[in-house]
Amino acid sequence: MELHILLLFMIFAAVVAVEVKDLLSSVIAVGAVGLGLSLAFLILKAPDLAITQLVVEILCLIILIRATIKKDLPLIRDGRWFFNTASTLLFIACFLAFAYFALKELPNFGQPIMRVAKEYIEGGLKKTGATNIVASIILDFRGYDTLGEATILFTAVMGVLAVMRKVGRIR
Amino acid sequence: MKNKEPGMTLIVKTITRLTVGLILLYGIYIVLHGHLSPGGGFAGGVIIALSFIHLMLAFGKDLALRKLGQLAASILESLGALMFLSIALLGFTGGYFFFNFFLQKGRPFELFSAGIIPLCNIAICLEVGAGLFAIFTVLILFKKSENKE
Repeated sequence: MELHILLLFMIFAAVVAVEVKDLLSSVIAVGAVGLGLSLAFLILKAPDLAITQLVVEILCLIILIRATIKKDLPLIRDGRWFFNTASTLLFIACFLAFAYFALKELPNFGQPIMRVAKEYIEGGLKKTGATNIVASIILDFRGYDTLGEATILFTAVMGVLAVMRKVGRIR
Repeated sequence: MKNKEPGMTLIVKTITRLTVGLILLYGIYIVLHGHLSPGGGFAGGVIIALSFIHLMLAFGKDLALRKLGQLAASILESLGALMFLSIALLGFTGGYFFFNFFLQKGRPFELFSAGIIPLCNIAICLEVGAGLFAIFTVLILFKKSENKE
């Protein structure tokens, strides 16, 4: 029940973020969506994700405000509105159709298939010694995935530093 | 009212002086207790980066860059990534990649337990915090130089 109220709140905030004219209000509405998502994670009993979501949302919000507050991006409103609307509707229909077939195969909400997770939950504390089972999974059982994630972040930071460097920029 | 100093007003500076140490301390707590309670390297690293960004927003870019320069940030970030990779490679001493090579030390619910997991948390914290701070400083410096031209 709380989850549905939160979902409605998030959808409302997202619509506000798209429709409002002022850029600062739009950024703050995006932040409201992130806060709702963090509360949803907290209700679903995932405090690790809630902390990460809240913190990253704040950081992204500050970066967005810092980077966009003086500039206003022009929106193209006139012109090929019929083609744009038709293609948008077509792609939404395609997405919904594929999602219907794909989501039918998933297990029901709250009834997971505990084939791999059972091993982790039973042997996590004994095998790794970490009482936080999320840490024991992402850094021990699935450490290889976390290494890949760290590499992605490292490459992204290197890319940003290389594109926006001061030396060698063409005027 | 125009103030000559960089940064925001006196109220913001005073509050920042009081809170920024607490924010940094909370980030370090989240990182070090990542294997005992919710949190972990990623969230703690972002909180540490946020404390430096807080300093930069309140006091201007010069003071924050004096605390942690751009070169130091990129060195710390590379150091974190290398540390994570070398911990993973040190697992080969016990047999395979990401082997938890000193597991028997420490009991559960203690700070020094769980083998390599706290070390991995510290490495990820260094990488994430320094990397995000480097992105933020680069964005600010880029904007400054763009305005000047």
